[in-house]
Amino acid sequence: MLNYVLSRLLTFVPTFIGVTLISFAFIRVLPGDPIIVMAGERGLTQERYAELEQQFGFDRPIVVQFWEYLTGVLHGDLGNSFVTKKPVWDEFFALFPATLELSICAMIFAVALGLPAGVIAAVNRGKLYDRTLMSTALVGYSMPIFWWALLLIIVFSGNLQWTPVSGRIDLIYYFPDPTGFMLIDSLASGQKGAFASAVRHLILPTIVLGTIPLAVIARQTRSAMLEVLGEDYIRTARAKGLSPGRINGIHALRNALIPVITVIGLSVGTLLAGAILTETIFSWPGIGKWMVDSIFRRDYPVVQGGLLLIAVMVMVVNLTVDMLYGVINPKIRKR
Amino acid sequence: MSLLRIRNLSVEFATATGAFRAVDAVDQDVDTGEILAIVGESGSGKSVSMLALMGLLPWTATVTADEMTFDGHDLLTMDARARRDIVGNDLAMIFQEPMSSLNPCFTVGWQIKEALRIHLGLGRAERSRRAVELFEQVGIPDPAKRLSAFPHQMSGGMNQRVMIAMAIACKPKLLIADEPTTALDVTIQAQILDLLTSLREETGMGLVLITHDMGVVAETAERVSVQYAGQKIEEQPVSPLFATPHHPYTAALLDALPERATDRLLPTIPGVVPGQFDRPAGCLFSPRCKFANAKCKSTPPSPCGADLGDARCHYPLNTSERIAS
Repeated sequence: MLNYVLSRLLTFVPTFIGVTLISFAFIRVLPGDPIIVMAGERGLTQERYAELEQQFGFDRPIVVQFWEYLTGVLHGDLGNSFVTKKPVWDEFFALFPATLELSICAMIFAVALGLPAGVIAAVNRGKLYDRTLMSTALVGYSMPIFWWALLLIIVFSGNLQWTPVSGRIDLIYYFPDPTGFMLIDSLASGQKGAFASAVRHLILPTIVLGTIPLAVIARQTRSAMLEVLGEDYIRTARAKGLSPGRINGIHALRNALIPVITVIGLSVGTLLAGAILTETIFSWPGIGKWMVDSIFRRDYPVVQGGLLLIAVMVMVVNLTVDMLYGVINPKIRKR
Repeated sequence: MSLLRIRNLSVEFATATGAFRAVDAVDQDVDTGEILAIVGESGSGKSVSMLALMGLLPWTATVTADEMTFDGHDLLTMDARARRDIVGNDLAMIFQEPMSSLNPCFTVGWQIKEALRIHLGLGRAERSRRAVELFEQVGIPDPAKRLSAFPHQMSGGMNQRVMIAMAIACKPKLLIADEPTTALDVTIQAQILDLLTSLREETGMGLVLITHDMGVVAETAERVSVQYAGQKIEEQPVSPLFATPHHPYTAALLDALPERATDRLLPTIPGVVPGQFDRPAGCLFSPRCKFANAKCKSTPPSPCGADLGDARCHYPLNTSERIAS
């Protein structure tokens, strides 16, 4: 097992270099000059521009710039933001808990609803349940996130006034945030109503972000279940006189989970991409919103560093998923 | 009264092009401790009739019967929950493909203990003890260690032994073995058949052996029921069946045995079992029967008397008149 993990970590190296290169190139390909953007409407003199260019190192060849960036990354230095002058690393990890909290909630939401929906649809194949669930899933999958978010905001925040429109917590609450997770910190603060407020702020972003993974998981679970339900060992389970609940929920689902786990792993990438949009709509102070703002400001180090860290997260999640296979599927477990 | 009694069992499958009758008016009895073999070509409805008995057919199947009783229980009127108490407990079944019939995600020990827990409600320690005992009984070497193996870590023969151990876990009164040896090597086939017959001796359970292998029938069975295209066409105890088959199909099957061949060329039965679209109007075997005449092709025969093995034939073979003429 250790060998397996090490060999997988080794494959990270080329991926890592590739991601570094792409993130470095991506922001430079975009039109716009960070120095001009920084100067704003007032503009700046030719001399001052040259001075800044030299200060940021833009006057040197691009290859040299990349090499310096890469060596910096390997030393754990992602550079400082042009705008705030603070290290990218610190900014990222100050904001990341907010994104992580939202993503985890969205994933729990998607799995908790998607798996049962897929199982119910498969067991009732071709019947009303199946058709209703699967067409709903298709609608959920095809819906543009921003439109869906605005719709929910209009109905639940606007008309019904059940949930807040944006942010992570009501402004009347203030407490230290040792973990960065609002749900945990609000509970730890012991302030009355703080946790409830945090939950209410989470509901809409969670639904919006979780909708596409939910639809994908439901459809994948259904098709995996349908395949498994036709297998010989399901007939054996029925010949043992087991109840349908036990057959579907244990004997079939355990096998159907193998392909579903893959999809869940892949959804994590989608989730982080979706987080950018969701966080922008709900003014959620996470890395998604931070990245979007940085792209508009042409804040090179932030965009590069943020992309790199997100890519590493996705790689780690996928490695975890690959290791989960061994737990779920005994055939590939190392003996 | 017999352990299993089936009267006029029919099974129809709803298909995109209309109903297909896979089992047609089959009667069957099995007594306690008896070995009944059901033989026939592929597509003759052998498995389907037994799957109907177990309640394992997909929802596209419609099962009708005048009577279907097992051990005093009426399986036709019984609800699904009550039936599940019998199936896997008093009435067990093993299948053709041992490799795919066990769940790949669970250890064989877990799968056998599950049956013990659901039907007998045994405690944890008692389950483990009984599982080891069952593995010993079916001849699995090193049983305590094998309990933690997954199906893919064992051979087909071993997996079939696990299937048998699982089926006999609750001491069934009747075991249905659906082509239990078809997917196995010839040497393993004999071992599995020996195991099944010796388990019958030990436990006194009835055994229904579904097969298309006449060699298996001759070695193991006591009574033989021959099915063709969903109908039971003849039934006799094993030695009279081999000596004096009454239905031309049975006779043709026996002629096709390599052991019985006298010519250099092995006799075969031309054609295939009729399907949904080429079902003959008269006797179902008439298109392939060398004795068939106009009456056979137009009028379906009804079973002759018990002295002629209930053969569904207008002109049964090996009758005393025929021998006389």
